[in-house]
Amino acid sequence: MAIARSTAAIGDDVIGLRNVITDSMTEAGRHLRILPRNVELLIFATIQPVMFVLLFSYIFGGSIQIPGYDDYDQYLMPGIFAQSVVFGSAFTSIGIAEDLSKGLIDRLRSLPIAQSSVLIGRTISDLLRNIITFVIMLVVAFLIGFRFEGSLWAALLATLLLLFFSYGLSWVQALIGLSVSSVEAANSAGFIWMFPMTFVSSAFIDTSTLPGWLQEVADANPFTHLTNAARALYNGNPVGNSVWLSLAWSVGLVAVFATLSIRKFNETSS
Amino acid sequence: MSAVVAEGLKKHYGDTRALDGLDMEVAQGTVYGLLGPNGAGKTTAVKVMTTLVKPTDGRAWIDGIDVAENPRVVRTRIGLTGQYAAVEERLTGRENLELIGRYFHHAGTERSARAIELLAMFDLTEAGDRVANTYSGGMRRRLDIAMSLVARPSVLFLDEPTTGLDPRSRLAMWDFIERLGDEGTTVLLTTQYLEEADYLAEQIMVIDRGRKIAEGTSDQLKDQIGGDKVRVTIVKPENIQRAKEAIAPLCVGTVEQDPQSALTLTAPINAGGGVVPGIIRALDDAGVDVVDVEVRRPTLDDVFLVLTGHAAEAAGGDGEDG
Ligand SMILES: Nc1ncnc2c1ncn2[C@@H]1O[C@H](COP(=O)(O)OP(=O)(O)OP(=O)(O)O)[C@@H](O)[C@H]1O
Ligand SMILES: [Mg+2]
Repeated sequence: MAIARSTAAIGDDVIGLRNVITDSMTEAGRHLRILPRNVELLIFATIQPVMFVLLFSYIFGGSIQIPGYDDYDQYLMPGIFAQSVVFGSAFTSIGIAEDLSKGLIDRLRSLPIAQSSVLIGRTISDLLRNIITFVIMLVVAFLIGFRFEGSLWAALLATLLLLFFSYGLSWVQALIGLSVSSVEAANSAGFIWMFPMTFVSSAFIDTSTLPGWLQEVADANPFTHLTNAARALYNGNPVGNSVWLSLAWSVGLVAVFATLSIRKFNETSS
Repeated sequence: MSAVVAEGLKKHYGDTRALDGLDMEVAQGTVYGLLGPNGAGKTTAVKVMTTLVKPTDGRAWIDGIDVAENPRVVRTRIGLTGQYAAVEERLTGRENLELIGRYFHHAGTERSARAIELLAMFDLTEAGDRVANTYSGGMRRRLDIAMSLVARPSVLFLDEPTTGLDPRSRLAMWDFIERLGDEGTTVLLTTQYLEEADYLAEQIMVIDRGRKIAEGTSDQLKDQIGGDKVRVTIVKPENIQRAKEAIAPLCVGTVEQDPQSALTLTAPINAGGGVVPGIIRALDDAGVDVVDVEVRRPTLDDVFLVLTGHAAEAAGGDGEDG
């Protein structure tokens, strides 16, 4: 909750932490209440990760050999999980751009609420939706043979790391949603950079197979740290410093982009 | 104390001067009309006064509270209905209203009681449990205003509340706004229609390019721009002088011949009914055959032509909402 406290202070008035929490819950409640009413979105948010799990597993499953892994699925699934939760964060920018275009942001900003709660509520509800998607994806992965090879605690930690990273990216998406002028623009601007980020990484391949400079990019990519950490934890392998690196990136993303987004929010009007 | 005060408000977007030194004072419990063409700065003025946009210069107060210094306190006192209906499409009318109550930390029973009250007040009781994306434009607009009233604001801002509504919905909306005024809520409404400001507002300010160009009651404004005009077209050109003399006593200014037609006269008349039948009778008595008698009410275009010397279209040519 240190985040909530610091972001509240950035708002135009300092508001009690209790208001930040109450108002964020109201705002998250608004999104969660309409979630089941937006069936298309729900289906899309669910089908896409499931489709990725199945496609990658059946198409590449037989042809790609990774040293140290008998089964490509065990190598691949954590990468798909990571990619899916990261893609899931794009809904944050779309949702905010929608609220902005419908004038809802203006309405919310004219209310005496903790201003930061609009973005906190949005990112929290997106995180919850992402969790639902994740569970469904995990079930499908289990059905096609994926297993936790490490301890249950390690698997839980891996899951938390993935969700935390996607929460950090939600704040990046919040800034994007507030900065673009239309929902369509949010859709592209929110998605486009995710492809290089998730593909130039260790998600689907061993980065040592990449040509020199690309390999350096891939190894420095925070998404690589995330995937490596999740992969090691799900498979019961040594994690090296990937867990700490991934955690540090997530904390950094939230701290930096929550600050920027909330500052931006205070001067955004449709 | 005045409900709204603005002093020298300026808002510049690059080279665009959306507001260029606007002063305003709205008395408590009155309906105030801010009238101007596209791009005049109406929305910008509303956004500055409702804490959404920081002015480049100048200050504004709501109930004596500085908008820039105490935005949060100001927000407890205002209701804002923006130019485009801001309702949560996938929530029902009732849920939308209760949601606002939640933001104001009202208790559950109070939230639902107020929602029921507002649904009734805005003729939405039957539609209250339907999701808002099934609403017509007029219903949506009404819900939008109802949402601004949940916490009984002291000052209500309505940015073009009837733009885009059909004539019947517009009249209904006028009714609602009139009732709000009667209940003592201070209302600041913007509009592009003189007749709307005329009907609803006790005090009107005409703005153009971010500046005040006229202010007063609707009667004062109409006096300034000449009020209603009658346009009489007769059958025979040789009767024109006789016609002029016949209708002169019924008009409030000089009767002039239309420069484009030898058959047409125009003259200012008093607003309100009864003049046209009198004119027809007078012409009949004088033995002048008439083709047409038409009353023209002054429009925003007339106001602009008279007050700025240029047409309203040109004034707002660059105007679209950002
Ligand atoms: N965010 C913005 N960035 C740049 N220019 C803006 C912005 N908002 C408004 N403007 C400009 O400021 C001027 C005033 O705009 P404003 O929206 O206040 O006019 P308006 O009177 O509400 O017009 P309309 O009747 O079209 O709603 C216009 O020229 C507009 O283009
Ligand atoms: Mg406007």
